[in-house]
Amino acid sequence: MASANWQTLGRVYYEKMEMYALEWGDQIDLSKFIVAAAPYGGPLALLQDISSNPNIGTTVRPLLTVFTSAGKMISQMRWNSGRIKQLGWSHNEELLCVQDEGTVLVYDIFLTFIRQFGMGQEAKETKVLDVRIFNSYKGTGIAILTCSFRVFIVNSIDDLRIRRLAEVPGLDSAPTAWGIITMDGQSQALVAKGNELYLIDHGGQYQKQEIEISTPLEAIIDMAISFNNKYIALFTESGLVWIGSADLKKKYCEFNTKSPQKPTQFVWSGPGAVVAMWEKMMLVIGPDKDYIPFHHDSTVSLVEEEDGIRIIGRDSVEFFRKVPQVTEQIFKIASMEPGAMLYEASREFERQSQRADEYIRTVKDQLDVAVSQCIQAAGHEFEPSRQSALLKAATFGKCFLTDYNPEPFVNMCQMLRVLNQVRKPSIGIPLTYTQLERLTMPVLIDRLVMRKYFYLAIRICQYLKLPEAEGASRILAHWACYKVQQKNEDDEHLARVIADKMGDTPGVSYSEIANKALEVGRPDLAIRLLDYEPKASRQVPLLLKMKKEQLALNKAIDSGDTDLTYFVLLHLKDSMIQGEFFMAIRNIPEACSLFLQYCRQQNPQMMEQLYYQEDNFQEEATCKVVNSFKQERLDDRLRILAEAKESYTKARNEFAAKQVDEEIRLLKYQRRLEEELHREYTDLSLHETIHKLIIDNSHKMAETLRKEFKVPEKRYWWLRIEALAEAGEWMELEKFSKTKKPVLSMEAFVDVCMKQNNKLEARKYVQRVTPDKKVACLIKVGLLREAADVAFQNRSEDELNRVLRKCSVTDRAVEDQVKGYRQQLATAGKR
Amino acid sequence: MAGSGNHLGNGKLNLGSLRDYYRRELLECLDKCNGTKALVWDDALTGPFGLIVEYSLLKEHDVEKMMSLPKDNQALAPSSVQNIIFVTRPKLDLMDQIAQSLLKEDTKGGFRKEYHIIFVPRKSLLCERRLKEAGVHGSVTHIEEFSLSMIPFDSDLMSMEMDNSFRECFLENDMTSMFHAAQSLITIQSLYGIIPNIDGKGECAKHVVDMMMRLRRELEGQEPQITPQIDNLFIIDRTVDLLTPLLTQLTYEGLIDEMYGINNTSAKFPPQKFLSKNESSTSDMEYKTVVLNSGDELFSELRDKNFSAVGQVVSRKAKFITAEFDERNSAKTVGELKHFVSKLPHLQQARTELAKHTSIAELIKEATDTEEFMECLHCQQDLYKGEDTDKVCPYLEDCIGRREPLLKILRLLCIQSFCNNGLKPKVLDYYKREILQTYGFQHLVTLGNLEKVGLLRPHGIRNYITLRKTLKLTVDTVNEMNPNDISYVYSGYAPLSVRLIKFLARPGWRSITEVLNMLPGPTFNEVQQIPVALRKRRSSVTSSHSSIADQKVTLVFFLGGVTFAEIAALRFLAQQDDGGSDYIIATTKIITGSSLLHDISAKGLKGHITDGPYVHN
Repeated sequence: MASANWQTLGRVYYEKMEMYALEWGDQIDLSKFIVAAAPYGGPLALLQDISSNPNIGTTVRPLLTVFTSAGKMISQMRWNSGRIKQLGWSHNEELLCVQDEGTVLVYDIFLTFIRQFGMGQEAKETKVLDVRIFNSYKGTGIAILTCSFRVFIVNSIDDLRIRRLAEVPGLDSAPTAWGIITMDGQSQALVAKGNELYLIDHGGQYQKQEIEISTPLEAIIDMAISFNNKYIALFTESGLVWIGSADLKKKYCEFNTKSPQKPTQFVWSGPGAVVAMWEKMMLVIGPDKDYIPFHHDSTVSLVEEEDGIRIIGRDSVEFFRKVPQVTEQIFKIASMEPGAMLYEASREFERQSQRADEYIRTVKDQLDVAVSQCIQAAGHEFEPSRQSALLKAATFGKCFLTDYNPEPFVNMCQMLRVLNQVRKPSIGIPLTYTQLERLTMPVLIDRLVMRKYFYLAIRICQYLKLPEAEGASRILAHWACYKVQQKNEDDEHLARVIADKMGDTPGVSYSEIANKALEVGRPDLAIRLLDYEPKASRQVPLLLKMKKEQLALNKAIDSGDTDLTYFVLLHLKDSMIQGEFFMAIRNIPEACSLFLQYCRQQNPQMMEQLYYQEDNFQEEATCKVVNSFKQERLDDRLRILAEAKESYTKARNEFAAKQVDEEIRLLKYQRRLEEELHREYTDLSLHETIHKLIIDNSHKMAETLRKEFKVPEKRYWWLRIEALAEAGEWMELEKFSKTKKPVLSMEAFVDVCMKQNNKLEARKYVQRVTPDKKVACLIKVGLLREAADVAFQNRSEDELNRVLRKCSVTDRAVEDQVKGYRQQLATAGKR
Repeated sequence: MAGSGNHLGNGKLNLGSLRDYYRRELLECLDKCNGTKALVWDDALTGPFGLIVEYSLLKEHDVEKMMSLPKDNQALAPSSVQNIIFVTRPKLDLMDQIAQSLLKEDTKGGFRKEYHIIFVPRKSLLCERRLKEAGVHGSVTHIEEFSLSMIPFDSDLMSMEMDNSFRECFLENDMTSMFHAAQSLITIQSLYGIIPNIDGKGECAKHVVDMMMRLRRELEGQEPQITPQIDNLFIIDRTVDLLTPLLTQLTYEGLIDEMYGINNTSAKFPPQKFLSKNESSTSDMEYKTVVLNSGDELFSELRDKNFSAVGQVVSRKAKFITAEFDERNSAKTVGELKHFVSKLPHLQQARTELAKHTSIAELIKEATDTEEFMECLHCQQDLYKGEDTDKVCPYLEDCIGRREPLLKILRLLCIQSFCNNGLKPKVLDYYKREILQTYGFQHLVTLGNLEKVGLLRPHGIRNYITLRKTLKLTVDTVNEMNPNDISYVYSGYAPLSVRLIKFLARPGWRSITEVLNMLPGPTFNEVQQIPVALRKRRSSVTSSHSSIADQKVTLVFFLGGVTFAEIAALRFLAQQDDGGSDYIIATTKIITGSSLLHDISAKGLKGHITDGPYVHN
């Protein structure tokens, strides 16, 4: 009978079954080891417990061994680092060894060191009292309790941010019990201080918790949080077990074990039962105060799983779980469920009994349910023969259905085939179907890859027809990473083998493989492999790591990604002396321009040096000119300008050299002017300087400057009349306009007057304007009527229109006149 | 923050989906930080972001506060949010400001916050290195990137809004912005399919296309399988046509940009003209901001018109609206009234639009009617027609004498240099000396820069005449009201860039090889293979006339900037029967001659050309 070893816990059934006979036989006494096992059928780590054996001195290094779930040794080493406070596994099956000064060393299952990190200064100074390794919403987290009774937490070992949780008020000795609860995307610690419970978080908040209990609460000495973080069990001093929801708001039951002794292990078995363990005695407690006692003949270790517990004993691994509902429906004695009937029918059919027909008839209407139940139940079975019996029943049932979707059946067959493969003692991953659904197939494949079962993994991918990018090619990449570590093959050959096998399958990162090759000290192989990498952003950092700077620079420039080029350039700049660096980039124009651009913003001095080095005198001079403007003191400015002049001369830019020279002279003049006239002149242009001199009535000086700097006559006129108008020297202006040979036309005079808004003065000049410009000037000074008259005299319709455009509402009379003129012109034109 | 973005979907290509793509990416970025957030802005990004998301949407994603990145060593304004997110371009000076703010935060204490940086459009190793050097890299929790680089402006227009890209590419040889351009082409292709045919002219254009091809290879064929919605890409360096942007644009939108500056599709105007009758103007009134895109029906009609045709349209529109409103009085039956009421919201909107554009048009008319404007325009026309370009131009001399804005002088000077195939050394030196003496010695650097990018050059090979003749750059009779040629956008000058595009569409570039060889940079064509399954099905071979639905779509990408007048010319081209294609325009920046020259003038020296709108009068 399938239900023979079922045991009842209240109204539900539990079963315990043997998964493996342990390969280590009798050689291992678990009581002499610290045991850490990874969930989801993961590996076991055993560390010799030296503290319990007084005969072994402290100088002896304990042995650390990793086994598969089936007890097959994977790796072994002698621990020669600090004192391990806690062993645990991450969700990626990395072994975490937490030492008593807070250092966490991370190893893979082959005990290859991966990395290490600390848990903060305080842990280092005060030592670690206790450790919890937990599943957070972000992966695997670590919480430590320091000897100063503070809790530090890392939510994910992949994102190391150590946060200190709030302090429990008045905690002056070690908490009697504590644990980590992850709720609403946040990990908090629940700390028991005697009979008080506090929830503390990293936002600096603490909340005192109250629980509903029938007797006065005694000190809590142990707690267990369920695998799914939804339930919690507390264990008090007097042996009372309180079971409730994780937020402590709901109580399910109180159960008195009457054991004053703290259990050696106190865990949940799936979400439905709490298991307490004292030496060899194991007590399973249900939420309705039911219990099942078990006795083991040796020390065992319990591993929490999502749907039960793995029990690792001296010579076997057993699995204890609640009997899945479909299994119960089919195999429970006297079950009348459709699945049960179908299963019976199928068995009768095998025996060639006509009772098969009778059974089928009883469930005829629910045959689809029956088939589904058998398929589901098959999934939960470990024994292949029973799986196939159930699947046969499902197929048998399907014969009577016309439109049953075959997909669930096919999927289940595939899953079981995979499960049976990985459960084999040689592989040793005893996953249940429920666990696989949670873990997902890609993760299982990753785990096989990590155990270096490449071939099996690829076969599974092909069997399940997974897309290449997430299936086979990913495995190949891992294979390649593993392959490059095999030192017996030569670089050339290996690079070709890898490239042949991988081709340009999408999703393959050659840079990762190259990185691995580099890690194992094969730079030549790495370079060969990198050639296959299409992404420059991946090639370049690695090439730099390999000190192939020139190659990195070329690749970065080829990619056009300037940021990447900058990255290499600055790396080069830091690792070389300046002269060498300049030499290295001088023949690469792209690199040069980019570096110059960087200097332009960050280090103009260096830009000048670079130009100097390259004999680019023109640009060097420009740098100097720019630099001169940044000087506070005039003497510095003059000095730098003199240098600029020299550089321009070297660059054969006579014009610029001359201009610089003039600027030097101008600056000197300006200094003199400032001293003499006590007004600001520096930074004015020559034009502005003369303008200001005229306004300030220093006509003589203005004249001197004009001659000195050879200001063209026309512009000097402009300068002069503008300045005169601005100074309000109207008499002077008029006198000037009557000079024998005026260089400027009269409109210019009109304009400068209008610029000062002086219509009266402006009108003086209008009459002397040449006829073709007269209309425009009359408009400017606001004499619209006169403008219209002149336009008419000029017989220009164009000009008339211009006047018209200027007419506003108040100029109605002018408007009419213009229109009249236009009319006349038009009629005249027709004639 | 302007606009809902509805107008983006009205074109041949739905640029709304580009906006949606960016919105999704941004929100994903924001959602990576749990809890309330404050955004600290690099000010240059607020405009573009305003076109992508509205504040209310940010609020829904827990953004409670927005502030500018503090300058000059100031601390961040205090706030009670859980996350502070810096939104910034990857520039070193900005990193220094962020580092300063973070260090200041350290000393503040108080409520614990997390700090994040979103780089737009890309993360930068260089910047992260800078943060590390400043010792603040560790206090930043998330460093994200938000690839916003090609901002959809209108149903046929996108801009990367990179202010200094012309300077960086053509003066300083820094191709960073070109890499971003290549990446935005990848984004565009991921949304609208691979563009099968690429034509280009110019060094940068070639560089961008090469990088884009390379980036595609890096994608390892993981591109989405979409039937191409864009048939051609035409990509061109601004340096191929340096003449066009120097001339004063004469379209409505072009003039607004020249006079008031359009930034991220909106412009600011002095408020006086926008007052209703009973409001009185006060001196401290704020500038009136007007959003200018095709969401505004009247604007979309006016924007590409020559300004002299604008008055006519506006008055016609005014009459029409008045007539429509009068219908209310004539409406007798219930049915008629109902019909009227249903039109009312639309009418009211039309009336607001009308009032707005009447005011803007008045402002512009005041400026264009001035003697100065007309004279400047005549001078430009004389120059591009090749009259007396080899002598010192008396008008230009007078402008210098009058100390008119330097940018105006430089524009005219560069036009003369272009149209005369460079200036005689004597003439050039005379001008340069005049400018240095009048505007100050610091412009020795400005003039040097102009020479480096070729805007100003000594006498060289005479090819302007050939360009002008072959490409029909100048047209004597222009119909500004009902144009029949693109030359209407400059009242007599047809943009060289757009002429090239027209020749490319029909009859093809082979006919103008001589001209192409005269213009700088390589001419190239690339074909990107499209899987057969994704190819567009063309209508039957027998139908000789392609219908509108069959019209090809060409993406025109101007590297280094494009003017609104050129955009208008392209839109005009697309409407012609023999245009052959619809045009979507992309650019690194929408420019005017003044903003272009401003970009390459000497920076950070005393007496620098003033910032702000480059008013041209």
